[in-house]
Amino acid sequence: MADDVLFEFLHMEMVSHIYKDQASRGEMEKDRATCVSTLEGMGFRVGQGLIERFTKDSPSFKDDLDVMKFICKDFWINVFRKQIDNLRTNHQGTYVLQDNKFALLTQFSNGKQYLEEAPKYLAYSCGLVRGALSNLGMDCVVTAEVSLMPSCESLLSSSSSSFIIYHHTTPNITDTTEMF
Amino acid sequence: MSRQSNRTTDSKKMNSELFTLTYGALVTQLCKDYENDEEVNKQLDKMGYNIGVRLIEDFLARSSIGRCQDFRETADVISKVAFKMYLGITPSVTNWSPAGDELSLILESNPLVDFVELPDNHSSLVYSNLLCGVLRGALEMVQMAVDVKFAQDTLRGDNVTEIRMKFIKRIEENLPAGDE
Repeated sequence: MADDVLFEFLHMEMVSHIYKDQASRGEMEKDRATCVSTLEGMGFRVGQGLIERFTKDSPSFKDDLDVMKFICKDFWINVFRKQIDNLRTNHQGTYVLQDNKFALLTQFSNGKQYLEEAPKYLAYSCGLVRGALSNLGMDCVVTAEVSLMPSCESLLSSSSSSFIIYHHTTPNITDTTEMF
Repeated sequence: MSRQSNRTTDSKKMNSELFTLTYGALVTQLCKDYENDEEVNKQLDKMGYNIGVRLIEDFLARSSIGRCQDFRETADVISKVAFKMYLGITPSVTNWSPAGDELSLILESNPLVDFVELPDNHSSLVYSNLLCGVLRGALEMVQMAVDVKFAQDTLRGDNVTEIRMKFIKRIEENLPAGDE
C-alpha cells in the first residue's frame, strides 16, 4: 500500500531529473520538447499497464463516450483520488476534461505563480491518459492546458487544468497554450 | 460517499500499482539513457536521496515521532513506522554488528518489484536502489550519516531482500558562521 505522497515525490523527482539530465548533457538537439516527450512516453507505458489492471474484470465499453466517462470517474479516482469535474465534447472526437484541483499541481500555487512550470508536471499525466485510452481502443492525442481562474479569491479553484483529447488524431489546429 | 468505502482499499492498491509501474518506467528510462548498470544505480541513489530529504519532513509531520535516542531506536522506527506507512510492509531488523552500528533490514516482499523481472544483460542493476538513497537522505536530515546498500535482492535470485545499513557518524549542526 504505497502512500499517495510517494508517487508525488517520485513524480517530482522524475521531472527534475529528466530536465537536469538534458541540461547537463548539453546536447543542442535535446530541448524541452524532448523532455516532455520522454515523460509522456513513460506515462504512456504506465497508462497502458494500469488500465489493463483496472479493467480486467469489467465488461467492455459500449462506445467512446462510455470510455471517456470511465476515464473521468473510475480511472481518475484511482490515479488522482478524485473525479474529473467537467467533461465536454463536441461529439466529433474532441473531449475536454476539466479538473479544477489537479492533484499534481495543488502544491504549486493558488493563482498564476509558476504557470510556466506547470506543463512539465502535466506531461506524464497526459501520457497516462493516452496510454489508458490506447489500450481501450481509442487512438488519441492528449494535450493539457493550464488556465488559472482569474479571481484568486475563489478558493475552490486553485489550479484549473483541462485535458484536451482529440480522438482520431485530428490535426492540431488550435492554440499554442499546450504543453510547452 | 458510501460507494467510496469499498473503493478505498481498491484505490490504495491501485495507487501502489501506479507507484510501482511509474518506478518501473523510470528505471527503464534510466537504463536507456545510461550505458552501464553502475551509472543507473548511482542515479537511482541520487534521486532517492533527493526524495528522502523531503520525505522525512512528510514522515515527521504524519507520525509525530520524537527524536530517537540511538541507532537501535532509529532502526525500529524505520522498520515499524516508516516502511509500514509508505510501503505497507514491516521489514525485520536483524544481524546487528557487535558494535551496534550496522544492521540488516530483511524485507519478505518488496512492493517495488511487483511485475518485475531482470533481464540477463542487467545482472548488476540494483533495481530498488532508490530505497537506499531515500534512507540515506532522510537520515541525513536528522543528523545521521549512514551508508545503505542492498546485500540480497529477490530479483537476483536471493530468497529475501536484505538492506544493510551502517551508521557512520552523527552530523554536527553547522552554524552558518565562517566559511565552508
